[in-house]
Amino acid sequence: MTAPTTRPLSPHLTIWKWGPHMLVSILHRATGSALTVAGLALLTWWLLAIANGAEAYEKFVTVANHTLGIAVLVGLTWAFWQHFFSGLRHLFMDMGAGFELRVNRFWSVMTIVAAVAATVLTFAILTGFLPALLSGEIQ
Amino acid sequence: MSVGKSATPLGKVRGLGSAQHGGGHWIEERFYSVVLVLLSLWLLFSLMMLPALDRATVVEWLRAPAGAVPMALFILAAFKHGFDGMKVFVDDYVHDGGNLLATHFILKMAAVAGAALSLFALAKIAFGAA
Repeated sequence: MTAPTTRPLSPHLTIWKWGPHMLVSILHRATGSALTVAGLALLTWWLLAIANGAEAYEKFVTVANHTLGIAVLVGLTWAFWQHFFSGLRHLFMDMGAGFELRVNRFWSVMTIVAAVAATVLTFAILTGFLPALLSGEIQ
Repeated sequence: MSVGKSATPLGKVRGLGSAQHGGGHWIEERFYSVVLVLLSLWLLFSLMMLPALDRATVVEWLRAPAGAVPMALFILAAFKHGFDGMKVFVDDYVHDGGNLLATHFILKMAAVAGAALSLFALAKIAFGAA
């Protein structure tokens, strides 16, 4: 195969009016790449830190609790939920469902809404805020 | 139907039908997606249900079969799905045949190495060496 270096490209990104489906499509790729590169690296480091003893684990916890570390963890959690809901949408579309313009638009928007809501809920539970609220410890 | 030596590539395959296994790769990608829906939810809910995320608690969780076995499956499925996804990603942006093959090789090596490293760490924890 020869590289088609001299052939012109259609200005596909600049001439289309942006819609939620385009945003969700690109977010699916971006979040998937972030989860694969940063998420899996973090998972590997975390498991190695547990395996390598208290000192290694302490180092991981220090980085994770740093402002930047928290930002990455919140970002990856959102990326997970966005990819998760967008992926579920794709599995339905793989069955041939949801291609009607209004339905497609509605579920595109819903993946974004659900991902933000699920991220907030995840950290509400992880930080103990929601359990405390439900048990009446916080008024 | 006889196909002469001078036939074009299209002429050679026309009328032969599909190879009957073109959908296998596509189905396999979906299979690992569905598996990861289940396993990623398991991992997230497990982390949320643990009383704390200090080392002793996490080690105790991963020493039990109920923690170690799904975690091993999660590692395998996550690296496989990540590899599948990155492959689709580079397929769209790397057009030169040689570069594409090299990128696929590097991606596969990285995925296998990452999965092996994670599984080794998990085994060390699960079998009580951590």
